[in-house]
Amino acid sequence: MAQMAAAPKKKVEGLGGEKLHVWPYLVRLEFLCALLVIIALTVWSIVIDAPLEEAANPTKTPNPSKAPWYFLGLQDILVYFDPWFAGVVAPVLIIVGLMLIPYLDVNPKGNGYYTYHERKTAIWVYSFGFLVLWIALIIMGVFLRGPGWNLFMPWQYWDPHKVVALVNVDLPYAFGVRTYNGAMLFGGAVIIGYFAVGTAIYFFMERKALKSVGFLRMFLKIELFLIMMGIVIKIVLRLGFNIKYVWVTPWFNI
Amino acid sequence: MASNSPQIPNIAELMDKIKSGKIFSEIAKEITGSQIWTSSFRHGYADTPRNRVLQIASNVWLHLHPVKIQRHALRIKFTWCMGGITFLLFLSTVVTGVILMFYYRPVGEYAYYDMKYLQYDVPFGMLMRNMHRWAAHAMVITVWLHMFRVFLTGSYKPPREFNWVIGVFLVTFTLLLSFTGYLLPWDQLAMWAVTVGTNMARATPFLGNEGPFAEFVGATPRYDVRALLIGGSVVGPPALLRFYVLHCIFIPLIAGALMIVHFWRIRKDGGISGPL
Repeated sequence: MAQMAAAPKKKVEGLGGEKLHVWPYLVRLEFLCALLVIIALTVWSIVIDAPLEEAANPTKTPNPSKAPWYFLGLQDILVYFDPWFAGVVAPVLIIVGLMLIPYLDVNPKGNGYYTYHERKTAIWVYSFGFLVLWIALIIMGVFLRGPGWNLFMPWQYWDPHKVVALVNVDLPYAFGVRTYNGAMLFGGAVIIGYFAVGTAIYFFMERKALKSVGFLRMFLKIELFLIMMGIVIKIVLRLGFNIKYVWVTPWFNI
Repeated sequence: MASNSPQIPNIAELMDKIKSGKIFSEIAKEITGSQIWTSSFRHGYADTPRNRVLQIASNVWLHLHPVKIQRHALRIKFTWCMGGITFLLFLSTVVTGVILMFYYRPVGEYAYYDMKYLQYDVPFGMLMRNMHRWAAHAMVITVWLHMFRVFLTGSYKPPREFNWVIGVFLVTFTLLLSFTGYLLPWDQLAMWAVTVGTNMARATPFLGNEGPFAEFVGATPRYDVRALLIGGSVVGPPALLRFYVLHCIFIPLIAGALMIVHFWRIRKDGGISGPL
């Protein structure tokens, strides 16, 4: 498929070309593939036993307590967000966002073949979300998160008594806002401002596309993107600047 | 009278047939011409274009395929084979899972000891358990890779938008299948991983007792969405039973139904995606 990128408009293997019989050409491939997978699975299962720890004991909490590995990306953003977001809203947004992809991406190019040049943004956004925010966080959660959910390098001993100074402050505090109501207003202004400015910039830059793409599509696209980048910004704020919350309200904190 | 008596084969003739190998083709003819054979197999096996088509079209297991396919669709480089492998791994978990169900009871007092029994006393019990677990883990990975491939080839674009949505449901149900199965060994790993996971439900806005705005709905630790999920306020025997039923019946049925739609839609949307 490499030649596809070089000559994108050319129909390299367009429909209407030569078709092959599924029997035997596809079925034999599937059979071989199935054989290899079953052999690999059997060998793997003979060689490595599934873990079975001691019997469940509700009075003995292990440290660290980890969710199944495929959820560790979500568990990791619990460091940066409250559970209502990291554990509920974020997964729902991921699922809904994924479902919306075909309806938001109206680029007609790159349908049915590999191409980077014809849909750079789409590939960047998806790859960043999948490989960095999902896979990399899972790898970090599995291998680098130890007792107290603290970060440990692979060569470090998982010390359950590791002391980590809690010097995090909320964003309004860092900017000198000391009253509760003031902080709430300041935080709200930052969050709403972030989405408003981000949306405005996007709509201004893509103003020509507005007619063909449609307002709702563009709006949903940019909001989902801003939420995804907001997660990254929050991670950077916490790790780089010890910021705990941006917006503190009596009902929820972000 | 004499014509009805069984014919006694001529020994010399019989020996001739055996020596020349003619007897095999005669037996074969006898078998493939029989009523049992002709009623079972709907076409010949000779490699003719007609039989190649019939092999797919007249076979219930293979007719999911089209009879002909674009050349590029055969390329492993294009499909990564991931959708098919995911389905195969699902089937593996179904087979091994049914075997495990013969020995496992989802009861607080028994579950863990049934695991021990499976591992140490049941012939091939450990192997069945290993295959079930590793196939499930592998399935999570392959379904993600399948999704990544479908994204990279832009295969969610028209006319396949709806099938992508079904696919997202299937990814979600794959994770839920794996997650509900995670509790069943009823060991420390299972209980606490599921505790960590289900604790999130407590924070559901409006519906979880610790979630934002819960006070307006009246959610309590014993009466919220998490309690509904695990049948109580802690991950205990009711949670085990619920997860077992979800894992063995509810989710597989839904996922199976969605798989039927998913595969059917591939055909209806014009087969595997390719350059237009």
